[in-house]
Amino acid sequence: MMRDITLGQYFPGTSVLHRSDPRMKLILTLIFIVFVFLAKSLWAYVWLFVFTFSLLIVSRLPVKVILKGLKPVLFIIAITVIFNLFLTKGEDLLFECKFIHIYFEGVMFAVYMIIRIVCLILGTSVILTYTTSPVDLTDGIEQLLSPLKKIKIPVHEFAMMMSIALRFIPTLTEETEKIMNAQKARGADLSSGGLIKRAKALIPILIPLFVSSLRRADELATAMECRCYRGGDGRTRMKRLKYSPRDLVLFLVFAAFGTGIILLNIFIPYLVI
Amino acid sequence: MTPFIKAENVCFSYNTGEGKKIEVLKNVSFEIAKGEFVAVLGRNGSGKSTLAKLLNMILVPDSGKIFIDGKQISADTMTEDDVYEIRRKIGMVFQNPDNQLVSSVVEEDVAFGPENLGIPSEEIRKRVDDALDEVGMSEYARHSPHLLSGGQKQRIAIAGIIAMSPSCIVFDEATAMLDPSGRKEVMATIERLNKEKGITVIHITHNMSEAAMADRVIVIDGGRVAMSDVPEAVFSDVGKLRSIGLDVPQITELFYELKKAGLDLPDRIIDAGKGEDALLSFFEKPRN
Repeated sequence: MMRDITLGQYFPGTSVLHRSDPRMKLILTLIFIVFVFLAKSLWAYVWLFVFTFSLLIVSRLPVKVILKGLKPVLFIIAITVIFNLFLTKGEDLLFECKFIHIYFEGVMFAVYMIIRIVCLILGTSVILTYTTSPVDLTDGIEQLLSPLKKIKIPVHEFAMMMSIALRFIPTLTEETEKIMNAQKARGADLSSGGLIKRAKALIPILIPLFVSSLRRADELATAMECRCYRGGDGRTRMKRLKYSPRDLVLFLVFAAFGTGIILLNIFIPYLVI
Repeated sequence: MTPFIKAENVCFSYNTGEGKKIEVLKNVSFEIAKGEFVAVLGRNGSGKSTLAKLLNMILVPDSGKIFIDGKQISADTMTEDDVYEIRRKIGMVFQNPDNQLVSSVVEEDVAFGPENLGIPSEEIRKRVDDALDEVGMSEYARHSPHLLSGGQKQRIAIAGIIAMSPSCIVFDEATAMLDPSGRKEVMATIERLNKEKGITVIHITHNMSEAAMADRVIVIDGGRVAMSDVPEAVFSDVGKLRSIGLDVPQITELFYELKKAGLDLPDRIIDAGKGEDALLSFFEKPRN
């Protein structure tokens, strides 16, 4: 059940996106997010949509699996669509029935929102989480933020905590399943009753999970000490991050994408809502 | 020649919450030579794991002295760097493979130790490749550890220690959570490290056939060293081992019971193959 979650999961591969520098990918993700929100006109949205899907194709990720990973977002999309459809007021009335008024502007806005949400999630995961291993990702964050060490922000410690958290997600997922099965075998009823009853039924799962996580943390800390861990000072890395020409090219592609959005907004302001 | 590890009258006790002290180790003394393969046996709570943690200064003894490579280790006189040098020299592999792997990529995990030591990148790369090769896990270098079997994970943990080029590795019940095939993999790795690379091995275990593979067996009972001898001698004292609450290898037990029943069989059998030969020659002997 819980293994189906693909959101935020890494797929190993050798595409351009896989091989480029995680720091660059972090920067590109930020650029991408900014331009997703800057798109205003129909053609800018089309351009955004095409660009996002070309990223998906370039990344050579399993498209079906990736699209399935969007399922959890469907709920949010549905709510946004409903609100925008019924609550947007415009001039071009399409449908009227008692208190329900649907305007053309509402329909367009709903479509824009779908594109925006899908592209936002798909784009950021394709650029970053699906194509960057958690290790590279935390390395990238650590290095990008390392200037903050000067003002005593424990960047290395945060990065280490993050990478350990990522490392233990599958372990703890497995453990949760085991505990759930153990409690079910003792007659625990996890799937019936109202919200409160179900929430209460989770307590016998969460407490053993907490206890065992603390024990794990303790053992891991000892193991790390035994391996001479003493924080970020004097620590070297096996892999040093290096920008390559590939990263520059990728940056230029994204710059072109951003410029495209701005130009389409300004010069073909068709259906700006 | 000075022994590699020497403990003299080491005592250790834990503080309980109510200010009481529980004595775990009482006047423990022993020596371990360089390149020796020592198995440590004892019931749960006998102080085996505590002993292991004293050797690399995760814990500090209440009294008594511990010498590593001829130098006494003590928290008072040593600098932080000295402590880490001891931890580098004496690597430790624990019971639960999941709780000692730090990274979600195998080779990054192996690199963790050398990275902490501040070794240059190229040298780390080389050490990681060598260590993975040593434990036969090179093809899994880019894999995620959570998809591997218990035995494979434990070999990764061992590689992580080898990469720090230790002189001694302490295995703290490192095979306890593994299935039989995982045990076999790990024991083969341990034996190879001991025989080929001359790494001193201290193997804490509950498994008697694993202990039989060692050069020497130390039995800890109630915080004291109860026995310390070659496995043949330790296991032939079946009565004493049973009174401590320990088993003997199945083959030794078989011979013990057969001899008790009056059969004329040789002593000191701890190996199934030798046991087979002894039984065959016994039955082939002409009866009178």
